[in-house]
Amino acid sequence: MTARELLIADTFVELAGTLVDDFDLIDFLHALVERTVALVDADAGGIMLADQRGGLEVMAASTHDTRLVELFELQHDEGPCLDAFRTGEQVTKVDEAAMRGAWPTFTARLSEAGFASAQAIPLRLQTQVIGALNVFRVAPGALSAADMKLARALADVATVAIVQQRVLDAREQLAEQLQEALTSRIRVEQAKGILAERSGVGVDAAFTLMRTHARRSGLPLRQVVDAVISGAVLNL
Amino acid sequence: MTPPGAADILAGLAGAGPVTTWPGHLVDRCRTATLVSGVGLAVMSTATVGSVLAATDGHAQEMEDLQFLLGEGPCTEAITSGRPVLVPDLSRQADRRWPAFTAGATERGVLASFAFPLQVGAVGIGVLDLYDGSRGPLSDRQYAAALSFADAATAVLLHLQYDRVESEDGARTRSPDRLHQSDRVEVVDRRAVVHQAAGMISVQLGVDLATALLRLRGHAFGADRSVLEVAGDVVVRRLRFDDSAAGTVQTSPGTAPGAPDPAEESS
Repeated sequence: MTARELLIADTFVELAGTLVDDFDLIDFLHALVERTVALVDADAGGIMLADQRGGLEVMAASTHDTRLVELFELQHDEGPCLDAFRTGEQVTKVDEAAMRGAWPTFTARLSEAGFASAQAIPLRLQTQVIGALNVFRVAPGALSAADMKLARALADVATVAIVQQRVLDAREQLAEQLQEALTSRIRVEQAKGILAERSGVGVDAAFTLMRTHARRSGLPLRQVVDAVISGAVLNL
Repeated sequence: MTPPGAADILAGLAGAGPVTTWPGHLVDRCRTATLVSGVGLAVMSTATVGSVLAATDGHAQEMEDLQFLLGEGPCTEAITSGRPVLVPDLSRQADRRWPAFTAGATERGVLASFAFPLQVGAVGIGVLDLYDGSRGPLSDRQYAAALSFADAATAVLLHLQYDRVESEDGARTRSPDRLHQSDRVEVVDRRAVVHQAAGMISVQLGVDLATALLRLRGHAFGADRSVLEVAGDVVVRRLRFDDSAAGTVQTSPGTAPGAPDPAEESS
């Protein structure tokens, strides 16, 4: 197999892990975004989830660059993810004039951050849209058809991971699970801050420390996060 | 028509009277907006037994009392699990999670219950409970409205909690945070940097995350800056919180360990 095929295979092996008990959604979505950026011809990416109040919240990003994070946060109000979420269709607008017309603030920040385009693929569960996968390119132009197909498959993987099989038949359980995911994301941010201050490192380094610790000790990320918040772990 | 957002709800409460009246207005308005038969607001955490802060007329107060009396029910489950507990038909509860609660509810004509935990990440401070006399799920619109009321209730409870902490701590020199004592209560910002900063401040001051978040907001109000800006300064270590009269100390970036290299930041 080529390196690319191996990466694809690995990603789907990780998906199988979503069925086990110690699966951690936030960790998984970060890994999935990193894999997406490695696999397709894109330079950054992220996953946004519906907040069920009409907006979207960022759940995972390929880097913690503050400008990239801001590009996701802006999409609470405008941007390709919000369009993908509202229409249920992929958003492949890459022409600058068209992007400026549709999302003036977002497009201005996008070029300040060094990107030429940001395409979005909805995370769809039957008729419902629960979020979107965003891919950013530095070079002009859209993803190739083959890359777009793979990105769609990865978006489907993300959807399956978020909702998990047991909720497919129950609207209430999906709603509960989405809210839990949003709350767990904020817990991770709080833990990053706590660990950064205790260990004298930056917040991004704190996140890497927690993920590495989780991998090494075979614990789900949320357990490491809980331990940091409760003060049981003072340094990693 | 979009349901009211949490900021609109808080603005409405601010216009209705002093902060102590807000919980009562909040449950009434939540009932009107969601068209359920009763709404209750309870203060509780995973570690403490709750108490009812406000309930609409009718069966809501009884239902809240029942949950605390029995120590079981959707409200307790919501705060311990950290997720909404949505039960559109109590009589058909597949796993019979709360037999005593369910019996008590159906006796009182309550057939559906929707409990929303009030929390900010790891900070759990209460539960907003919706009760309905007819069975059936909340519509998307009702659900979105309930989430917005839960967001507003979270902001109100945090504010009330901070007032209590402050009055117990009356001897402490008042910092610019005191301006927080006004009725300016804002929706909790969900952006990443705000919660990273709250985590850092909690360690700097040796306080819990809820207090850290409120100190952050208090400082921003006092300095007439946005919470986001102040949080950004904390995360890049331009600003530290301490116990001095001013409440904070400025540091130049790059002097603290782990602060991002300014050259790298601007690249």
